[in-house]
Amino acid sequence: MRRAMFFWVFICVFAWGVASAADTPMKVGFVYVSPIGDAGWSYAHDQGRLNIEAMDGVTTSFVEAVPEGPDSERVMLNMARKNYSLIFATSYGYMDPMLKVAKQFPDIVFMHCSGFKTAKNMGNYFGRMYQARYLSGMVAGAMTKSKILGYVAAFPIPEVIRGINAFALGAQSVNSDVKVRVVWTKTWYDPATEKEAAKSLLDVGADVIAQHQDSPAPQEAAQEKGVYSVGYNSDMSKFAPKSHLCAPIWNWSSFYKEMVEKVQNGTWKNKSYWYGLEHGIVDITPMGSMVPKAVQKRVLAKKDEIASGKAKVFVGPIKDQSGKLRIAKDTPADDQELLGMTWFVEGVVGTTQ
Amino acid sequence: MFKFIIKKRQAPLVWSSCLVFFGALVLSLAVSAIMLALQNKPPLTAMVLLFNGAFGSLLAIQDCLIKAVPIFLCSLGVAIAFRLQIWNIGAEGQYVLGAIGATWVALRFPDLPWFVVLPGMLATAFIAGGLWGLIPAVLKLYMRANEIIVTLMFNYLAILFLDYLVYGPWKDPVSFGFPMTREFSTSAIVGKIGHTQLNWGILLCIFSGVAIWIFFKYTRLGYELKASGENIKAARYAGLPYHRLVMLVLFLSGALAGWAGFLEASSTINRLQPSIVVGYGYTAIVVAWLARLNPVSIGIASFLLAGLRVGLEHLQLDLQVPAAFGGIMEGLILLTVLAGSFFVDYRVSLGKKS
Repeated sequence: MRRAMFFWVFICVFAWGVASAADTPMKVGFVYVSPIGDAGWSYAHDQGRLNIEAMDGVTTSFVEAVPEGPDSERVMLNMARKNYSLIFATSYGYMDPMLKVAKQFPDIVFMHCSGFKTAKNMGNYFGRMYQARYLSGMVAGAMTKSKILGYVAAFPIPEVIRGINAFALGAQSVNSDVKVRVVWTKTWYDPATEKEAAKSLLDVGADVIAQHQDSPAPQEAAQEKGVYSVGYNSDMSKFAPKSHLCAPIWNWSSFYKEMVEKVQNGTWKNKSYWYGLEHGIVDITPMGSMVPKAVQKRVLAKKDEIASGKAKVFVGPIKDQSGKLRIAKDTPADDQELLGMTWFVEGVVGTTQ
Repeated sequence: MFKFIIKKRQAPLVWSSCLVFFGALVLSLAVSAIMLALQNKPPLTAMVLLFNGAFGSLLAIQDCLIKAVPIFLCSLGVAIAFRLQIWNIGAEGQYVLGAIGATWVALRFPDLPWFVVLPGMLATAFIAGGLWGLIPAVLKLYMRANEIIVTLMFNYLAILFLDYLVYGPWKDPVSFGFPMTREFSTSAIVGKIGHTQLNWGILLCIFSGVAIWIFFKYTRLGYELKASGENIKAARYAGLPYHRLVMLVLFLSGALAGWAGFLEASSTINRLQPSIVVGYGYTAIVVAWLARLNPVSIGIASFLLAGLRVGLEHLQLDLQVPAAFGGIMEGLILLTVLAGSFFVDYRVSLGKKS
């Protein structure tokens, strides 16, 4: 019992010390939806975090695997209470909780990834991943023999639907009658479910597996079957070296650096940042050696065109699954249309419900 | 030669059982501390952080109370069913149905004043959750379907139904296609108490806890329930209405989980969205057993478990301990405490081998 008393006294004294400690460097907090792991969405963000951790006068920290409800609100609230001056929340479901916290702490800068709401001290950001998806679709379209591409996808939300559409358009641009079959897992991160979904696609004849998931499990399923795969988030070639054609990837480092600098020198604004290939925030990995040189050349040429603004991914005529014309001839879709995309392009097999 | 003699205790332990509980807690914390030390994290600082983050300030305690509300209500619900030895694994689905019921009222009558809307949501959540519990009861009684399987399956059904609603008919037209309903009107939101972070849902918890306690302690029906739970055959022989009791407990069980869903949707998220489902229904089962089905202990256990989860976030933030460590620590604590409860029921002494 005495030992227990000693313990509590110690705790109280220590608590006092912790609470009264002051700090000078700028604290930057990150909220991740999944464990950082070694390849996925949160991993890519964390690579960006590590880069700003190396900056002078900046310390960073994170909380991983935070559910997208009230839990995330509390996590952000506690970052704010602990005097973090810039907070990045990296999942769509953190939008409303972040908005609530932002209202309570007007002096802290909040940045939300992949949403659409802003406040005086809250901006949002994302990357035009669909551009890189289009390029990966070109690779997949050139490599398929069965003309069926499998796509393991998380949730039927615009971000994912946009990616699938871009992938399908890319594939169709090199191989006109390719079909993309979609399976929803309703989870961002669940290796077992992702792998099962990939296997179900292999069973219906898909010979390239692409994914909008955070684990490399679909890659492994493809390699086991001896077919090709397209990764996501970060270079997944180490998980399936024989299958991995390429991967559309995120490079958050320079963007996070830019934001930290803007907050430091007071030029930050509550904008919506939506950078693309031109900024390097999205990219594709070097293509595997199984991809013929001619294909690689063609894909890289397209990448330059998109990056320089000469070409766009969603330019009409684009029809939806029912054959209805959604984007008129020679007109590019505007950002609002892209952000609210809830329909599949022609050639995608699956439903957006 | 000596050997251990294990005997069931005749008189239940009262205060010493607290000692057993804290002993188990300290043991698991010690093991956690060793694991932290192995990761080169300062174990003592970590324990202080954990405690501070959970209970170290008024704000922290409020955080824990908010987090404890849904766990408490779900757990109280399953504990009622467990009393009758009815294994309701379906609190998760009943919670979802409660949220759906409440949301229906909130979306259907956005313009009515709060004193109409909130009671309406309360009632619909109660009924929706309750009915979701009642169906497995009916299937069990009349079709001999195992309630463990049925209630578990009903969780998946409920979650799929929720998905259908938020991806389909209830989708917010201005959400850019994201799966969520419109935000509730202010009259459908359970407000905060004064300037605190707490909402009035706490009152509902206290009311439910006290009501259930009185129900078991002072009412005839409560007594019948307890008696039937001890021995079903004897109870039937004594003419107790077993069928009615099963339906009653599963309805009440579901209704309480439904209230948890209502509060979560109304007070903390302010709308219905898939991320409302975070496993409280399953946590509730563990909490109910930890608390040995006693309403007061359920309150304490929910609060402590909420505290642990909140505190672990601080551990992550300040020491960058991986999230998985939180899961390990929670498992350790539950394991030692449940194992420790063995010593509450049994006396272990050293005796001579004859």
